[in-house]
Amino acid sequence: MPIIKVKTSMPSQDPKVRKSNFNEVATGYTKEMALQEAERCIQCKNEPCRQGCPVEVDIPAFIQKIKDQDFAGAADKLKEKNNLPAVCGRVCPQESQCESFCTLGKKNDPVGIGRLERFAADYQLEAGVLDPEVTQSTGKRVAVVGGGPAGLTAAADLARFGHQVTVFEALHVAGGVLMYGIPEFRLPKEIVQREIDYIRKLGVDIQTNSVIGKLDTVDELLEKGYDAVFIGTGAGLPYFMDIPGENLNGVYSANEFLTRTNLMKAYKFPEAATPIKIGKRVAVVGAGNVAMDGARTALRLGAEESYIVYRRAAEQMPARDEEIEHAEEEGVQFKLLTSPIEIVGTEDGWVKGMTCVEYELGEPDDSGRRRPIKIEGSEFFMEVDTVVMAIGQGPNPLVPSTTPGMELKSKGTIVAEDGTGKTTKDGVFAGGDIVTGAATVILAMGAGKDAAKAINEYLQNK
Amino acid sequence: MYQIVATKILAPSIKLFEIKAPKVAAKAKAGQFIILRVDDEGERIPLTIADINRNAGTLTIIFQEVGYTTKKLGCLNEGDNIVDFVGPLGQPSEIENYGRIVCVGGGVGVAPLYPITRALKEAGNEVISIIGARSKDLLIFEEEMKAVSDTFMVATDDGSYGHKGFVTDLLKQVLDEQEVKQIWAIGPGIMMKVICATTKPYEVPTIVSMNPIMVDGTGMCGACRVSVGDETKFACVDGPEFDGHLIDWDLALRRMNIFKDEEKRAEAAGSCGGGCGCQ
Ligand SMILES: Cc1cc2nc3c(=O)[nH]c(=O)nc-3n(C[C@H](O)[C@H](O)[C@H](O)COP(=O)(O)OP(=O)(O)OC[C@H]3O[C@@H](n4cnc5c(N)ncnc54)[C@H](O)[C@@H]3O)c2cc1C
Ligand SMILES: Cc1cc2nc3c(=O)[nH]c(=O)nc-3n(C[C@H](O)[C@H](O)[C@H](O)COP(=O)(O)OP(=O)(O)OC[C@H]3O[C@@H](n4cnc5c(N)ncnc54)[C@H](O)[C@@H]3O)c2cc1C
Ligand code: SF4
Ligand code: SF4
Ligand code: FES
Repeated sequence: MPIIKVKTSMPSQDPKVRKSNFNEVATGYTKEMALQEAERCIQCKNEPCRQGCPVEVDIPAFIQKIKDQDFAGAADKLKEKNNLPAVCGRVCPQESQCESFCTLGKKNDPVGIGRLERFAADYQLEAGVLDPEVTQSTGKRVAVVGGGPAGLTAAADLARFGHQVTVFEALHVAGGVLMYGIPEFRLPKEIVQREIDYIRKLGVDIQTNSVIGKLDTVDELLEKGYDAVFIGTGAGLPYFMDIPGENLNGVYSANEFLTRTNLMKAYKFPEAATPIKIGKRVAVVGAGNVAMDGARTALRLGAEESYIVYRRAAEQMPARDEEIEHAEEEGVQFKLLTSPIEIVGTEDGWVKGMTCVEYELGEPDDSGRRRPIKIEGSEFFMEVDTVVMAIGQGPNPLVPSTTPGMELKSKGTIVAEDGTGKTTKDGVFAGGDIVTGAATVILAMGAGKDAAKAINEYLQNK
Repeated sequence: MYQIVATKILAPSIKLFEIKAPKVAAKAKAGQFIILRVDDEGERIPLTIADINRNAGTLTIIFQEVGYTTKKLGCLNEGDNIVDFVGPLGQPSEIENYGRIVCVGGGVGVAPLYPITRALKEAGNEVISIIGARSKDLLIFEEEMKAVSDTFMVATDDGSYGHKGFVTDLLKQVLDEQEVKQIWAIGPGIMMKVICATTKPYEVPTIVSMNPIMVDGTGMCGACRVSVGDETKFACVDGPEFDGHLIDWDLALRRMNIFKDEEKRAEAAGSCGGGCGCQ
């Protein structure tokens, strides 16, 4: 059979329409499209694609099930390794993970693994997932701190091992960045909710409104009879640039901007009670997924112009390719090799613009990327009325600072052993962004999985 | 769900609720706050913990109905539930035996001041309290404050009770006559600003409780940032109490207004649409 060279394209809402609504941009494969794309997979014996997946999803096997039109079976196959396939199919940076290893990708487009994953997971969610069997209890109790992808994955696997798991989540819903950060138009919250419901059905008890470190500390959880603790509190602390004018009215952290919009549904204001104030010209500083989300959200909230302002060049933007493309299609404008040095305000304290400088690329730095060098005398004024800082996030110190005896790295992340998540404190494990710094959903899930296995062993030997 | 187990009207538009939240009650300390949401479409709003009953597992909050959410909350009755109640958030007050101290409260700020004052009294301080309101009927927690103070004074703007004028007039008198080790001031932003300006020349450390706009209350959004000395702090985790002499007050007061237009729109949309019959 001849190889189809190009990936089956993803149907999506017209950019002109979608930039003013919060509905999902990519609408997903139909059965026919999924079958066509699945046919492209040549079922390589050595399974190169699997090495690119941090949780080693059995990619050829699940694609084979799609070929066989056993869509629910495909989803079950995915779930053997990945508790949140509907999420990962949508948000994994496939181009740098599974798909980058696909044999077809050497000459043609790689197989659309993420798109197929999404199709199978959505199919099963739609058809109704059978309630999972609850494993007989071992009588051991594990506390999971933080209900993001790392914590939820660890919790689900620990429940499957038969342990009694309680997830403590600071916010009023679990999901972490999936709920408060990644926008509805990229990852519908209903999908996240359904995946979380499934995890609940495994017997996991999720306690929201529970800020560990303020309610119980990790030590107190251990004293209260939890046999082990997993910390997956993420990297939720927003960084600012430390430039003048950053506290003016109209400057948000990306976290605030996105949390108001996603978690608190400010796009439905006043029907939902949380407001957001958006200007006509919005600048988002940074060029990762978070920045793209900010810039695209700004358009949907009614901004006339939305800019990405980034210190480096286009090839160095860390966001997923698809997000950058979508942002361009929707009319987000890119001011590259540019960075603000001051935010300027009106007399009554509102943002009226940014003083920016331009950069050129010099020698590669430690990260291997060419270092941006400031061009002397390149200052210019950029008129904007809203600024969103999306220059990165660090670990929130609440749990680390209240857990004596647990070693930290200089930036405040937790020291944890690779492959097990073991911290330097007995019975305490950690994984996800709180260990690696801001990374990806699937890496966080991989860490949750590894830790669940290690915790299971720890509990058996205890 | 968190149940409202008791309610009381303290003054026109100022209400007291006791809410059942045993885990929060077990940990809460004076000076900390909670964040609540009334219903599933609700905003997260911060309110200070005004009292703690560990045995009953309840916390007291006192709020002024100033906008959409506080009015909606005010529509609820004993036995009703709210969807979310999270805490205790923020740093507790630093309670020590300082010697002679002054606690100044204005308006609804007297409520959060009370547990701090009580704790300071219990720690052996000589407590001078000055509380104020626009008029007598808006004055709250008079008896409670009196009970934990060695000296007690009242000011009302309109002179309907106690000294006619501002709490700062009384504070200045005290500072002129006696040596004071430390001052706590809680009330509207503008009041705290003026108090700090008053106490600065006397060089008496003045602790204020900031109430910026907040979302999560755990250090995740930065909405609550305040400028303290040369640093930007997040009031929800670093505060809410700060050295009032280091606060950039103009910035703090401006940041309170970020959502003024939206707040009006929300109010116009109506907090309960009149449907609940509370008005
Ligand atoms: C806007 C945005 C877009 C992104 N887009 C992508 C993308 O497209 N693809 C991708 O792969 N990755 C993306 N990422 C990164 C990805 O979301 C994270 O790497 C991932 O969510 C990390 O998972 P986690 O479980 O470690 O932490 P989080 O998702 O941050 O979850 C941590 C949870 O712990 C809770 N918590 C924190 N402190 C406490 C405490 N003291 N007590 C109790 N609970 C606590 C938090 O409320 C949160 O729910 C994005 C991130 C953001 C912010
Ligand atoms: C740490 C802290 C403790 C507080 N303690 C009390 C208290 O004990 N009693 C009390 O009556 N009030 C207290 N407040 C203020 C209270 O949170 C606001 O009055 C409330 O959020 C107003 O909401 P609204 O929808 O009713 O009014 P809105 O119409 O939304 O706003 C009215 C006013 O409240 C401010 N405000 C609005 N939203 C927020 C928010 N999410 N966070 C903070 N302020 C906001 C606005 O700047 C405005 O000035 C406290 C605030 C903080 C930060
Ligand atoms: S989980 Fe992510 S990396 Fe793994 S196969 Fe699915 S899309 Fe690829
Ligand atoms: S590498 Fe590509 S073609 Fe080969 S099995 Fe994996 S997905 Fe299929
Ligand atoms: S309220 Fe979000 S950081 Fe303080």
